[in-house]
Amino acid sequence: MDGLAPWLPLIWAGILLVAVALYVVLDGFDLGVGILFPWAHGESERDLMMNSVAPFWDGNETWLVLGGGGLLVAFPVAFSIIMPALYLPVIVMLLALVFRGVSFEFRWIAKPHHRVWDWTFATGSTAAGFCQGLILGGLLEGVRVESNAFAGGSFDWLTPFTVLTGAGVTTGYALLGATWLIMKTEGSVAERARRQARGLLIAVIAAMGAVSLWTPFVLEHVFARWFTLPNILYLSPIPILVALTALWAWTALARGAEKSPFIASILLFLLGFFGLVVSNYPYVVPPVLTIRQAASAPESQLFMLFGVALVLPLILGYTFVVYRTFRGKVRPGEGYH
Amino acid sequence: MDLDPVLLARLQFAFTIVFHIIFPSFTIGLAAFIATLLVRWRLTGRDHLHRLARFWTRIFAVSFAMGVVSGIVLSYQFGTNWSRFSVVVGNVIGPLLGYEVLTAFFLEATFLGIMLFGWKRVSPNVHTLSAVLVAVGTSLSAFWILAANSWMHTPTGHVVRDGIAYPVDWLAIIFNPSFPYRFSHMFTAAFLTTSLVILAVGARYRMAGRFDPEARTMMRMGLGMVALLAPLQLVIGDLHGLNTLEHQPVKVAAMEAHWDGSKPADLVLFAFPDENAEANRWTLSIPKGASLILTHDPDGKVRGLKDFPPSERPPVLPVFFAFRVMVALGLLMIAIGVIGVVLWYRGRLFDARWFLNPVQHCWPFGFIAILAGWWVTETGRQPWVAHGILRTADAVSPVTAASVLTSLILFVIIYAVVFAVGLYYINRLIVKGPEGPEPERDEGVASRPLAAATEATRHATGAEG
Repeated sequence: MDGLAPWLPLIWAGILLVAVALYVVLDGFDLGVGILFPWAHGESERDLMMNSVAPFWDGNETWLVLGGGGLLVAFPVAFSIIMPALYLPVIVMLLALVFRGVSFEFRWIAKPHHRVWDWTFATGSTAAGFCQGLILGGLLEGVRVESNAFAGGSFDWLTPFTVLTGAGVTTGYALLGATWLIMKTEGSVAERARRQARGLLIAVIAAMGAVSLWTPFVLEHVFARWFTLPNILYLSPIPILVALTALWAWTALARGAEKSPFIASILLFLLGFFGLVVSNYPYVVPPVLTIRQAASAPESQLFMLFGVALVLPLILGYTFVVYRTFRGKVRPGEGYH
Repeated sequence: MDLDPVLLARLQFAFTIVFHIIFPSFTIGLAAFIATLLVRWRLTGRDHLHRLARFWTRIFAVSFAMGVVSGIVLSYQFGTNWSRFSVVVGNVIGPLLGYEVLTAFFLEATFLGIMLFGWKRVSPNVHTLSAVLVAVGTSLSAFWILAANSWMHTPTGHVVRDGIAYPVDWLAIIFNPSFPYRFSHMFTAAFLTTSLVILAVGARYRMAGRFDPEARTMMRMGLGMVALLAPLQLVIGDLHGLNTLEHQPVKVAAMEAHWDGSKPADLVLFAFPDENAEANRWTLSIPKGASLILTHDPDGKVRGLKDFPPSERPPVLPVFFAFRVMVALGLLMIAIGVIGVVLWYRGRLFDARWFLNPVQHCWPFGFIAILAGWWVTETGRQPWVAHGILRTADAVSPVTAASVLTSLILFVIIYAVVFAVGLYYINRLIVKGPEGPEPERDEGVASRPLAAATEATRHATGAEG
């Protein structure tokens, strides 16, 4: 047990990264469906889109609680710096998720007077995605810390860069949503999603390129990570893999494939995520606080690790079961309790 | 304008948690009720039980969604508004919340998908199992969050080094002295709240002469639980109070508005506690009554508020009044249970309109009692957020008052809209009732569950024809 202690912060960083990655991919596609909602034609198309994610959104959103809760468990000091620093985007994101979440239920009960819940579903999803991008950008740019506490202003997070990451994440979620709809629906919804996915793919690649160019030239530690020998050799597969995945997604969309565009989009997200992690390791609050400095007591990390090792496989197992239960295309009119 | 950021942060937390707790208070019991209905349906094959389960599942879905989205807000507020709290007690509280997420949130959120949408996709047994798992998840969630909250009242199993709490003994942390009482009290309260709602809806349908077998089942199950749990809650509450007297005597002094500890405590039925004068006005009390309840001796001494310096006292007025609201509602619930059971025994329960008429309006009692009870215990812990470890005033984030005011205004507006609409829609579901269009009955008994599910689908998508 004592031999494990020095590794705990690293293990916990790994667990949190998995949780955040799963959140981004899973809630990403259902937020994406919400982001694409305004472009749907008519009630039955929107019913179909919502039905394709309705059984999953709650479970997906729980990864956000694990991400936030996990940060509190494993790195309370980081939690106590990041949350006040990004106060307004975090609060607005939570409120947007409130609207998005209740829209699923309210919309069905409100029928036929449900238009307002179409609107809140779309706005809530879009605002949540954009705020998550702002949070990401704000974190990448770094926050002002004095004696282990946030010491900046209320709007430090609002910069051209964070607006770019906000737009980037929103676009990325929309891509996940579009490719999800290609996989899960048929007819006009799937066809429109396929058309939208192409444009979104181009936009996502542009956003990833912009962030990749911006961060190393603004942030020294990122430049040092990527553009020194031998790192540049070890890390060069990442951009190459991004290019190949984008190409795969493009051709899969073009040849009418139903599942591979979604898988390729997930891969793109994971690669981008991995690139950002590489840029910032070992910081949990870049570039001032490392995972070791922010770690909670080893007793706390160990106690919780025990639970994660025991329960997380179970969670992944039954999550898989639920996705399997609702596998296949969603048909019109199928669905609600 | 000079705003106090601590006050704003407290207002925001109070507002968001009051909003949130309403839904789990209801869904913990409701999940168990739906699971019970489905299990009974599997065992007896009686159709109306299935109709009832489907009906309450729709209401559950709305309530649960509001509970989930407002709950996430709370977990993030520990960081956004109470970052010093997260640093000072994060080592202890963090893992308890983490276990809640792992063992409860994922379970309920994931199987909710099958519970709501799986009527046709899975077999009735798997569906019933999903409902049971959701119910288990809601209860586990209550277990962990009450362990965390109880530790804030009666912390044990930790050491404080350089002002930061470190865990030493996890079992002592989880099963801290007030946990068994607080958990039993809240868990019983949650079931009591749901039972009252079900009883009230049953009474409402009886009054209107609608949904006959369903209304009777609801009334029997709801009333049975109220008659059982309301008296039990009185006993648990008394034990919880004695536990509080041992660990947080100043809270009990505030609850009883008991100022002078050198004399036996009167049972104050009504008064207006005056904190400046350190005395009560317009008092109506039973002499030595509180001493009798708290020490089982009319001349027993109970420490009074004056035994503590003013800086260690909670605000007396809200604690005192909230406690009276809770107890009054509790006694009312016992009365409902007793009268209802007597009528039931005489075979007049379903037709006694003088009883049904008021009972159909008693659905908010449980919610109000729970809010009042939490008001007592949380306000009564002040000025501490974690008793003896961290004061509330020292727990806040370095966020400007303007930011907190902005977010507070947003919360109030948005929650008010969501709450009003949610309540309106739930009432609409209740008005509509457990009866959808008649299920098709062409294939005999075997296809009933499927027919019922088809009907549910048609019902939900009816607008498109």
